[in-house]
Amino acid sequence: MVGRAESVNPKPGIGAAVFVVALISACLGSVFWYAKAGSGLSAYDWAAVRFTLLQAVLSAVFSVALAIPVARALARRQFFGRQAIIVVLGAPFILPVIVAVLGLLQVFGRAGWVSVALGWIGLPPFQIYGLHGVVLAHVFFNLPLATRLILQGWQDIPAERFRLAAQLGAGPVAMWRLLEKPMLMRLVPGVLAVVFAICLTSFAVALTLGGGPKATTIELAIYQAFRFDFDLSRAATLSVVQIVLTGTAALIAFNVSHSDGWGGGLDRPVQRWDTQSFGARGLDAAIITAAGLFLLLPMAAIVLSGLPKVFFLPGVVYSSAFTSILVSLGSTCVLLLLAIPIALAAVTRRYSWIEMVGLLGLATSPLVIGTGLFLLINPILDPSLLALPVTALVNAILALPFALRILVPSAREVVVRFGRLGLALNMQGWQFLRRVVLPRMRPQIGFAAGLTAALSMGDLGVIVLFADPERATLPLQIFRLMGSFQMQAAAGAALLLLVLSLAVFWLLDRGWRRYAKD
Amino acid sequence: MKYLTLAAGVFCATAAIAETPELTVYTYDSFVSDWGPGPAVKAAFEETCGCTLKFVGAGDGAALLARVKLEGARTKADVVLGLDTGLMAAAEETGLFAEHSVTADYDLPINWTDPVFVPFDWGYFAFVHNADQKGPSNFKELADSDLKIIIQDPRSSTPGLGLLLWVKAAYGDQAPAIWEGLSDNIVTVTKGWSEAYGLFLEGEADMVLSYTTSPAYHLIAEEDATKTTAAFDEGHYMQIEVAGKIAGTEQPELADAFLEFIVTDAFQSIIPTTNWMYPAVIPAEGLPKGFETLSQPVKALLVPANKAGETRDKALAEWLDALSQ
Repeated sequence: MVGRAESVNPKPGIGAAVFVVALISACLGSVFWYAKAGSGLSAYDWAAVRFTLLQAVLSAVFSVALAIPVARALARRQFFGRQAIIVVLGAPFILPVIVAVLGLLQVFGRAGWVSVALGWIGLPPFQIYGLHGVVLAHVFFNLPLATRLILQGWQDIPAERFRLAAQLGAGPVAMWRLLEKPMLMRLVPGVLAVVFAICLTSFAVALTLGGGPKATTIELAIYQAFRFDFDLSRAATLSVVQIVLTGTAALIAFNVSHSDGWGGGLDRPVQRWDTQSFGARGLDAAIITAAGLFLLLPMAAIVLSGLPKVFFLPGVVYSSAFTSILVSLGSTCVLLLLAIPIALAAVTRRYSWIEMVGLLGLATSPLVIGTGLFLLINPILDPSLLALPVTALVNAILALPFALRILVPSAREVVVRFGRLGLALNMQGWQFLRRVVLPRMRPQIGFAAGLTAALSMGDLGVIVLFADPERATLPLQIFRLMGSFQMQAAAGAALLLLVLSLAVFWLLDRGWRRYAKD
Repeated sequence: MKYLTLAAGVFCATAAIAETPELTVYTYDSFVSDWGPGPAVKAAFEETCGCTLKFVGAGDGAALLARVKLEGARTKADVVLGLDTGLMAAAEETGLFAEHSVTADYDLPINWTDPVFVPFDWGYFAFVHNADQKGPSNFKELADSDLKIIIQDPRSSTPGLGLLLWVKAAYGDQAPAIWEGLSDNIVTVTKGWSEAYGLFLEGEADMVLSYTTSPAYHLIAEEDATKTTAAFDEGHYMQIEVAGKIAGTEQPELADAFLEFIVTDAFQSIIPTTNWMYPAVIPAEGLPKGFETLSQPVKALLVPANKAGETRDKALAEWLDALSQ
């Protein structure tokens, strides 16, 4: 295939990837450079590495294993409110950790709804604290993302395939073997790697739900190295361990997932003939209800605690909400500038590995990135002046792996389907992008943009290190409210954040999709 | 012409601002928040200093010290406010702080003679519980009870570290046994104070580690008298929060003036109902009504600043071993 003509140009994507790698390396490098000789990793640190690995593997496996039936049920059914459910189910993923933990424990905690209900029938309270609690919380956070990513896989199967299979008399089992299983084999490793990477840098969730120092993660060890021992070299070394673990997972995922596409289709709406039996309907309804209850009850707890105060918040909360919207829009723009070129470069045969670069930002400890950026900026400028742009940039880089997981499969699908046609028509580069690729990727671009905007809105991120008393983002303001005993106002502000995050997500995701249908 | 005048006016205004000296004070984030003492302190100091007071927030006390260490001699801070007795020795070791000349008649449980740091407030760590419940009267009684507690991780939280030193100061070599006894009372360990206190208010535990002054917030700000603290007969560990002047400051007179200001009534009267701690010097009007209801420990415990480092490391290892089993 040497010299084979490519219908997309990988160069802008390579440039974007180099930028990401350079930025993360500069952050890590500056922390190492600044560090004095450190003490090396202790036995406690290695225990933290083992626990982190264990919980991240379990969390990724459970999140994805549960996401498959949920995505399948959603893919097979059309019902009123389906789109709304898909959007609202995504909410746990975009909540600030501290808010989500409180919501989760209001349902599953010792005094939570589940324990109260158990008490009515004479059973002891539900014991959430422990490894299973950590996994439960991580499934709560990541099931929605995994479901959306896998649902995308179902939607990428051309309608013609389902029609042909149905005409050939394929029932649900054959449909699974012929179409669904191959699709999952292709998609699942990547989703596992992304969820694994998210859980690897978990800290507050793992500690709180884990019930004590047994649940020490690498990120907590980094935190300790930084603020307790001021051992920067240990902090940076631990962050390298995080990167190596994520990199290994990504390499495994990359090697086991096959990248052959579905071939062409005519973009018709999918019709399913194999799923109309009473049993299949009942099963799908049960799965959607169960997932809905699991994800929505903690959300309901957050809404109920926030409702009394949400319209009576101090003025600064509303102004920080405005700041958060600006940061989130900024992140979304940066993300699209990075993610679309990288996704297109990943489509070309030579650079298909480039998607892994996206995981780098997620795999690196936020504390190390923040400290590194601080060390880089401080000699030149007052870091608090750059608090908001830096937060927007870092949030975009954190969202990059999710965006790439959304964009790459669909970019690949489009290029496989239309690339040869484009080459035959001598339509390459920008023309091919503008007329063929981007219009066809609109739903995925909308989803990626929506997800990034919502994530960026809810992320406390590096702003804590750069905090500027005058301009706080909404998550920082929630943190400050809680730190000043204002728990009820914080609950109100959390509800405001939830509504805003869902609104930007809905606007970008649905808006783009609707435009795509015109 | 109109624009020229306007431009000239804007220019003069900017020049006027540039001539006002600026004092930069690094502090922890909750101090500068709109609900903390920051805004009132800024207004009060600017009334008299002819300067602009600029607060820069950086995480909590320990993160604050890390920030100053990161910046080193190039730090833009003139004053650092919000370190505590546990961090003082490490802060002094950096050589970045200068001696002060503040003298005051402190209302602290101990005699204050430190030449580098000026105390601005203090408090006792304590377990907060609902007033309708009887609290334990020491750690052993707590360990033997079925009471559930939520504490903070000493590696990421100041109160968490306070509890570690409290047990160590009260029990010395017996501390590991105390922690083993407490392990089945601990519901969970959180990253910071906010998560722990939030979970307690939601009913996840019977008691939460906080300060003896925490019930004052509920009483004064919410007119809610249902919270109290358990009085432990071993004594309670103290936290004294301090401020210090950066040696390389370009505003030495202003920095000195600010440290002097800290021990005056104008500053001290803001502290009780914004930082919810005891003022280092009780202002002329006394403590706010409601503070008299707070539990008064029989004994104040404190690890001396120069021993804080080694005690902390040893106590942390014991804590990790006792609770990781």
